Amino acid sequence: MSNVKIFAQDLNLYYKEFHALKDINIEIQENKITALIGPSGCGKSTFLRTLNRMNDLFEGVRMEGAVCIDGQDIYDPQIDVVNLRKKVGMVFQKPNPFPMSVYDNVAYGPRVHGIRNKQQLDEIVHMSLYSAALWDEVKDRLYKSALGLSGGQQQRLCIARLLAVEPEVVLMDEPSSALDPISTLKIEELIQVLKHEYTIVIVTHNMQQAARVSDSTAFFLMGEMVEYGETDDIFTKPKDKRTEDYITGRFG
Amino acid sequence: MNVRLADRLATSIFWLGTVFVLLILGFLLGYILLHGFNSISWHFLTSPPETIRAGGGIGPQIFNSFYLLFLTMIITTPIGLMAGIYLAEYAGRNRITEAIRLSIETLTSLPSIVVGLFGLLIFVNKTGWGYSLMAGALAISVINLPFLVRISEEAIRDVPGELREASLALGASQWQTIWRVILPSALPGLITGWIIAAGRVFGEAAALLYTAGMSSPILNFSNFDITSPASPLNPFRPAETLAVHIWKINSESLVPDVRQVADGASAFLVLTVLVFNIAARWAGRYIHRRLTSDLNN
Repeated sequence: MSNVKIFAQDLNLYYKEFHALKDINIEIQENKITALIGPSGCGKSTFLRTLNRMNDLFEGVRMEGAVCIDGQDIYDPQIDVVNLRKKVGMVFQKPNPFPMSVYDNVAYGPRVHGIRNKQQLDEIVHMSLYSAALWDEVKDRLYKSALGLSGGQQQRLCIARLLAVEPEVVLMDEPSSALDPISTLKIEELIQVLKHEYTIVIVTHNMQQAARVSDSTAFFLMGEMVEYGETDDIFTKPKDKRTEDYITGRFG
Repeated sequence: MNVRLADRLATSIFWLGTVFVLLILGFLLGYILLHGFNSISWHFLTSPPETIRAGGGIGPQIFNSFYLLFLTMIITTPIGLMAGIYLAEYAGRNRITEAIRLSIETLTSLPSIVVGLFGLLIFVNKTGWGYSLMAGALAISVINLPFLVRISEEAIRDVPGELREASLALGASQWQTIWRVILPSALPGLITGWIIAAGRVFGEAAALLYTAGMSSPILNFSNFDITSPASPLNPFRPAETLAVHIWKINSESLVPDVRQVADGASAFLVLTVLVFNIAARWAGRYIHRRLTSDLNN
């Protein structure tokens, strides 16, 4: 039986006048993969960004309700956002490696958090690239620019980069939507392996991907979370008619 | 007129416009360089000007131009960069900051003779320095600073937002993100901008007429004592620069080889500005490739 790693309680979010998230209540289990699905603009990415406070970067955002990780409200003014983002990492839709070498990309996180010892860094870089299933492909070009890698490799590099700071939660915002099918498959295999050590929340446009990869699924529509449950249940016996319509392709 | 004919006509007109501009540029540069090239010699570039006899040079004026450039850039580059970082990274886009940006934008188009007179009042008279290199450097800084703030802000804004997001999502602070990711990425744009600004400063004349002055004392180039009036390193002495010198000899000079001196000085000035611009592009590109570890790719 898993613990609840993250929960949101009566969460409402406004972008200036627009009510983007309406009364969200959800519990996300530790060491499981939770998928967030729904049509464009339904709020799933917005919700994902509340989990590591990336919404703080936008002006005009107002929030009500609580988001708690390990029982602690992450919007409490006492919370150190830097530490939060170390614990809760994010992979973006478009791979965004820094214009530096592969090594420097992966070492960026640890260096920023104070690790300077070369041997330590070497080890962290090796472990992270290995965990991201990228080591064999880059071990001979560690000091060359990361921009020379293919799209799929760059995305795995971004995953390695975030694993290097030893997070507990990994957020993924449509991580393979910009990639070809083979890279997508590799990333999905990677996610399945990672869940044993990390809690994963993945936003995806691709319903088949959600069905393949996740343990639980939440269906978002127009800012509301319509239904949430075990992935098998959601896809075979959805309780809400809207969920059924979306899954059978009647809209979205 | 049918569509294809109109299309061809438009293309030709645009092409002609470009050719016209290139021709004017070529003609101008060609004329200056052709006429002045003969006057440029090692003797010309290192000797002081003559007041009555022929055979004078522009040595001290060249030194003054570079020294002035150096002082101006030391003053304006750090301040410009700091202001640029603030405007790009910390200030939002609200009415107050937009008003600040508009003011800075307006300052970039101040007439330089007006800045020169301002410099005369404050940096020459009020401070009691008299005509001096320092007064000239400060006056040019007034002109150069808004330009550098604008360049800095733009170079920093040009860095893609996704890099900023990636850094923050890894738990870096805003300052760490600026120092480790944004500034290195913005560096090529910054350096290109700085070198172009340097080219402009080098050719500035109107603001220097009544600040750095129209004369240069006898300079002893082996004198490194900054406080001595005969040392070229002393910034509180009058320091006629190259552009000002060209103006002066054309208006008031008594030497018989005025044409050669003026043409030679102009040619040298134009060549230097050209070199600045080419160096700006080359440096920007080279540094970018170094920083992104792209040299082996």
